[in-house]
Amino acid sequence: MPDKTVLVCQGTGCVSAGAEQIHISLEREIAQLGLGGDVQVKRTGCHGFCQQGPLAVVEPEGIFCTRVKVEDTPDIAQSLLSQKKPPERLFYRDPLTGKVIPHYRDIAFYSRQQRTVLKNCGYIDPEEIDDYLAVGGYEALRQTLLEMSPEEVIDTVKRSGLRGLGGGGFPTGRKWESCRNTAGAEKYVVCNADEGDPGAFQDRSVLEGDCHSVLEGMIIAGYAVGAKLGYIYVRAEYPLAVKRLEIAIAQAREKGFLGKNILGNDFDFDIEIFQGAGAFVCGESTALVLSLEGKRGMPKPLPRPRTTQVGLWDKPTLLNNVKTFASIRWIITQGADWFAGRGTKKSKGTAIFSLTGKTANCGLIEVPMGISLREIVFDIGGGIPGGKAFKAVQTGGPSGGCLPAELLDTPVDFDSLTDAGAMMGSGGMVVVDEDTCMVDLARYFLDFTQKESCGQCSLCVLGTLQMLDILNSITEGRGRPEDIDLLMELGEAIKMGSICGLGQTAPNPVITTIRYFREEYEAHIYERKCPARVCKDLISYRILPDKCKACMICLRECPVQAITGGKKQIHVIDQDGCTRCGVCLSVCPERFSAVECIPGRLDNTLHSA
Amino acid sequence: MEDRLTEIVPSRGRKGDLIPILQRIQAEFGYLPEEAIVKVAESTGVAESRVFGVASFYAQFRFTPMGRNRVMVCRGTACHVKGAPRILDEVEKALEIKEGETRQDLEYTLESVACIGCCGLAPCIMVNKEVHGRLTTKEISDIFTTRGECDAG
Repeated sequence: MPDKTVLVCQGTGCVSAGAEQIHISLEREIAQLGLGGDVQVKRTGCHGFCQQGPLAVVEPEGIFCTRVKVEDTPDIAQSLLSQKKPPERLFYRDPLTGKVIPHYRDIAFYSRQQRTVLKNCGYIDPEEIDDYLAVGGYEALRQTLLEMSPEEVIDTVKRSGLRGLGGGGFPTGRKWESCRNTAGAEKYVVCNADEGDPGAFQDRSVLEGDCHSVLEGMIIAGYAVGAKLGYIYVRAEYPLAVKRLEIAIAQAREKGFLGKNILGNDFDFDIEIFQGAGAFVCGESTALVLSLEGKRGMPKPLPRPRTTQVGLWDKPTLLNNVKTFASIRWIITQGADWFAGRGTKKSKGTAIFSLTGKTANCGLIEVPMGISLREIVFDIGGGIPGGKAFKAVQTGGPSGGCLPAELLDTPVDFDSLTDAGAMMGSGGMVVVDEDTCMVDLARYFLDFTQKESCGQCSLCVLGTLQMLDILNSITEGRGRPEDIDLLMELGEAIKMGSICGLGQTAPNPVITTIRYFREEYEAHIYERKCPARVCKDLISYRILPDKCKACMICLRECPVQAITGGKKQIHVIDQDGCTRCGVCLSVCPERFSAVECIPGRLDNTLHSA
Repeated sequence: MEDRLTEIVPSRGRKGDLIPILQRIQAEFGYLPEEAIVKVAESTGVAESRVFGVASFYAQFRFTPMGRNRVMVCRGTACHVKGAPRILDEVEKALEIKEGETRQDLEYTLESVACIGCCGLAPCIMVNKEVHGRLTTKEISDIFTTRGECDAG
């Protein structure tokens, strides 16, 4: 048994930054030093702290090496030989205090989390079923098949209080019960892994890091509802997740967890992978089912039966999200009461978020339900870097909303977020600072949903287009005073006039930004200014005469020759010719910092003022 | 093409296999040629118009040939707030094509995608299977010039 293990994260983020080469090089260095018997180098799934990647963790101490490069691997191997810590340059440095922290347990990003679903992500090799078995994998399945009736399984899930983690928050146990109680010899279990929200990657991380936990949850679900076949509907854009799922399914079949007479019981179950071809609306259950059948993924018209009654090929179908299935094994082995004992009264257990945007620490986090947004942004996320001011946190992606600083103490659970106008959604959490324009952000989300509207409901497909036109005109400086009320009116109408979640939530980003950041809309409309200096038509660049050293750099780099001046002659931007591309600002040497970007449009006569 | 199509498309496909068959064709040719749509319709018994209807519904499928190199600019939220629009401008300049276009010499196809899922590395772009993260506009032209394929551009 090796004394030490070096875990090399192989999540998509780390792989894209060279983690595979690091793994190979580290193995070679360790072999060369003759440490092969004492030190094991292991590939793992996403460790969560993507921003600091590529990551390598030395266990059992839990020493955390960040931004590792191939050139660092000899030093890491040498440190293992001499029984010392790896070089300090690799340790995490607290962005606020500058303190060097060698153990990941002491880093606020990790210490404030409560990892359950993500517990084994980053610790086990997702391509080795034995690794999963070593951490108690498939124990829940064994317990289910040997000791529990399907009714008991459903009762346990119901008592746990687990709610669907795909965004809707529907009680999972009730869904299972409804599927079980629907008559029919043929039933299906479907795992929704069509994670299409821009800014969310937690489903992918679970699939890449601990895919057997999802399979185990699906098999237990199959037993509970009486299904023999399961499908994983996974985005084709996630090739690594698809590859690891294929490996995991093959291994599970080999070990007898999938196939005929599972664990010697009179229960057959198998799982197939279906690669989604890219349509955001397929996150809606009836649309996803049609897509699985090889059709256009358009939500079925109302009134529609539940998929638990009429689903895939018109058979009863149980559809749950990746994280919901991954939670099941813990509920079975630890008990419903254990699960229900965490979180809040109405939202049990933990929530997983992809924390991204303008926080010092970005990555995948799992927190107890009920934690405040403030704790997530400032404790786990480490606050806003660069001395900038926090402006808003966006949850729920294109269906969610933007919450301002006043609401930072909102507890993170299904109901509180919905009451505030946002939503849990599939778990994207994007933090924005003073440099983000809220009108532009609303326009960005609406542009996304507008393109993804399936086209069935006129209010959704045409209404969002009207809203988008209005938002475009506001950001381009053509906004009219009545536009704000018109946006609100359209938003309410679209919510009422759409048959699926996409249309019903598409106006949320616009409505919440108007509700909480109305003054930004007003600045765009009345003052023709973009206070965050984002909207190109509502900003200006100027050269500060007292700082300009007439170095000619911006003058040469300006793509439209809008800068005049010369050697020893202070440069001036011709405001009529300027396209506000920002090149002058980015090329002006930092020691001069003579170019500034200001809200509003200057004209040439005012420029010298 | 005919031979390869015969290999990929089963002679009698199930209706539910439509999307996987289309995915296999695109993996082979880089797009869905018209002949392929006809062939799939024959195989699955689904009308040609419906096959096209399904293919055009999903973002993955394309009907024109793809460049040898595929450049995807991430437009995810994290990338957006960290400057993706400017990154896209810069890539368009470097490749001399607009988003959604393919260069005439078929060297590059430029797309913008909803989210690559590397939000921790925002802003990022993907060139074929390689992700370039934490980008600044200044680094864009280097990515393509060091690849040595855009020198003529």
